[in-house]
Amino acid sequence: MTDINPYIPFLSEIKEVIKHTDIEYTFRMTYSGNVNPGQFFEVSLPKFGEAPISVSGIGKDTVDLTIRRVGKVTDEIFENYVGDTLFLRGPYGNGFDIQNYLDKEILLVAGGTGLSPVKGLVDYFSANPKDTKGFTLLVGFKSPKDILFKNDFAKWEDNLNVIMTVDTPDDGYCGKCGMVTQYIPDIPIKNIENAVGIVVGPPMMMKCTIAELIKIGFKEENLWISQERKMCCGIGKCGHCKIDDTYVCLDGPVFNYTKGKFLRD
Amino acid sequence: MGYQINQDKMNAILTELSKKYKIYGPRRYVGDGTFAHVDTIRYGEVTTLDDIEFKEKSNYSFKEVLLPISETLFYFTENEMKEADAPHSGAIVFLRSCDLHGLKRMDTIYLKNGAVDTYYKRLRDNTKFILMGCEDSFENCFCVSMGTNQSDDYDAYLKIDGQNVLIDSHWDLLDTALAEMPEIQVIPDAVSQNKTVVEIPEAIPQSVIDSPFWEDYANRCIACGRCNFVCPTCTCFTMQDIFYTDNGKAGERRRVWASCHVDGYTDMAGGHAFRDNKGQRMRFKVMHKINDYKKRFGTQMCIGCGRCDDVCPEYISFSNCINKLNTLVKEEN
Ligand SMILES: Cc1cc2nc3c(=O)[nH]c(=O)nc-3n(C[C@H](O)[C@H](O)[C@H](O)COP(=O)(O)OP(=O)(O)OC[C@H]3O[C@@H](n4cnc5c(N)ncnc54)[C@H](O)[C@@H]3O)c2cc1C
Ligand code: SF4
Ligand code: SF4
Ligand code: FES
Repeated sequence: MTDINPYIPFLSEIKEVIKHTDIEYTFRMTYSGNVNPGQFFEVSLPKFGEAPISVSGIGKDTVDLTIRRVGKVTDEIFENYVGDTLFLRGPYGNGFDIQNYLDKEILLVAGGTGLSPVKGLVDYFSANPKDTKGFTLLVGFKSPKDILFKNDFAKWEDNLNVIMTVDTPDDGYCGKCGMVTQYIPDIPIKNIENAVGIVVGPPMMMKCTIAELIKIGFKEENLWISQERKMCCGIGKCGHCKIDDTYVCLDGPVFNYTKGKFLRD
Repeated sequence: MGYQINQDKMNAILTELSKKYKIYGPRRYVGDGTFAHVDTIRYGEVTTLDDIEFKEKSNYSFKEVLLPISETLFYFTENEMKEADAPHSGAIVFLRSCDLHGLKRMDTIYLKNGAVDTYYKRLRDNTKFILMGCEDSFENCFCVSMGTNQSDDYDAYLKIDGQNVLIDSHWDLLDTALAEMPEIQVIPDAVSQNKTVVEIPEAIPQSVIDSPFWEDYANRCIACGRCNFVCPTCTCFTMQDIFYTDNGKAGERRRVWASCHVDGYTDMAGGHAFRDNKGQRMRFKVMHKINDYKKRFGTQMCIGCGRCDDVCPEYISFSNCINKLNTLVKEEN
């Protein structure tokens, strides 16, 4: 038998840990192989189980995993430090295909941790601004203490149009407030017929944002979303991620809206 | 090639085969059924033809031979993983035509949908399937409606005929063992009609999701999952890590059968779950069995064995549901 066993994870070393908030860290892990933004790995910890985590950045021989601690597996991941190893398997899913966005105006709207799966795209266009006809990043966080990737924002602001907002400000915050949707009408878009919109975040935020984008003239076929579902395998076997005839782990998590809008759990 | 042989000789051949293969067939287990004082017929190892229940439908399917209820995937220590040995290195399975079609549904998921599943493949590649014919339809079967009442894709067909056994072999090893026996033509028994007939709606509009049709099921289904566990085409699982208490660092990862009717199937971080309503779980299962799977893979998933109808403690009938759904879809068009 020459097929490799897809369930057995491999060891990956933590090269760096970047703290964003008390409960959200980025773990920079050794990995050399092809990977797209929006794909995910199963972080696989013996005794604790597995958790699907999106790739939030791609380096030479590394991938970033930005993890929010919410339970058994993710808590345990936070017990690890630079130099420690974690077991991974993947990458899984389709991820975002850069080809779909090249030479277009791009509006990327992310809510909270929804920024993780699309961060690789932001990094790409920030490094290759000539590949887009205009890139706006519109991000919403719950409060100033929930802001992720603070250090990256400074860099992105150099050549991308960045709008960051928080739902509830605290003392000393002097940026924008309110839902992401309220900023959409003001975003300058020259050719809305061809512009692409990418929307990732909590279900309600995605729904409202998509509705707003369609209202201002975005075409459905130019809209892209990424979905999260319970996943126990990542390879089309366990069934938990299935919606209609779609397996989110195989066919997604990234969907064009013309398909994504028909997904009903 | 077709043969006639007496039962003793056939049992001797089985004994010989059992040196290389574990032989599984439907067995009667007295008094441990769903309902009190009822026997269960489920798969177990058999050594002679007498061990096999030929006369009745098995309550459980053969699927656990290829997909154990709980299967160890690997053993781990802190930094090492070792693939678990297969529960058997070769198996022979006695099963009926509908289940043999069910096997194809399992193959599709485990060998084709995404990566090849190592654990399934290593068992599947070394398993031989012996068809048991059906002279009469059993209660709740609707194989004819599903087109699964006949099958020629077997390694052998075997029928008990008084003191004799009739065999149609597609398996060279068996042909060799039977070489001295009189050759005759053997055609598998198959039913051509069932009392239960279903008509599957041609195209089910997505709007049925929101139909009050499912409310009846919301009130009745108790989310026990039995319908999934008996179904030969339900193949979902959940991962489970177990560690040995005497050595906190060592343990094993298993996969265990999962059910889309049971709470927790879709639970996500933050406590969010889809299909809280049990009627919607019924909808999810029904649509998968008679619509979604076909859309993706080209054949219906349900093979019409009727086991889900047999087992449901709330007397929810799947075949009835299909027919009522068919009426609903027709009315709406
Ligand atoms: C494609 C995809 C990409 C994801 N990307 C990220 C990411 O980049 N960063 C991040 O922090 N999180 C991400 N998640 C969510 C993350 O997988 C879950 O938070 C994690 O599995 C929770 O595991 P746990 O053991 O820590 O929590 P648990 O102790 O298991 O429990 C917390 C809750 O999470 C639920 N849960 C268990 N397993 C899963 C699962 N596989 N998917 C969703 N919920 C689950 C439990 O049912 C429970 O309600 C992603 C999920 C998916 C499906
Ligand atoms: S859904 Fe019911 S009738 Fe169809 S294959 Fe499964 S158990 Fe048999
Ligand atoms: S339909 Fe019946 S067997 Fe299936 S989960 Fe509901 S009550 Fe249990
Ligand atoms: S995660 Fe198991 S089938 Fe998609």
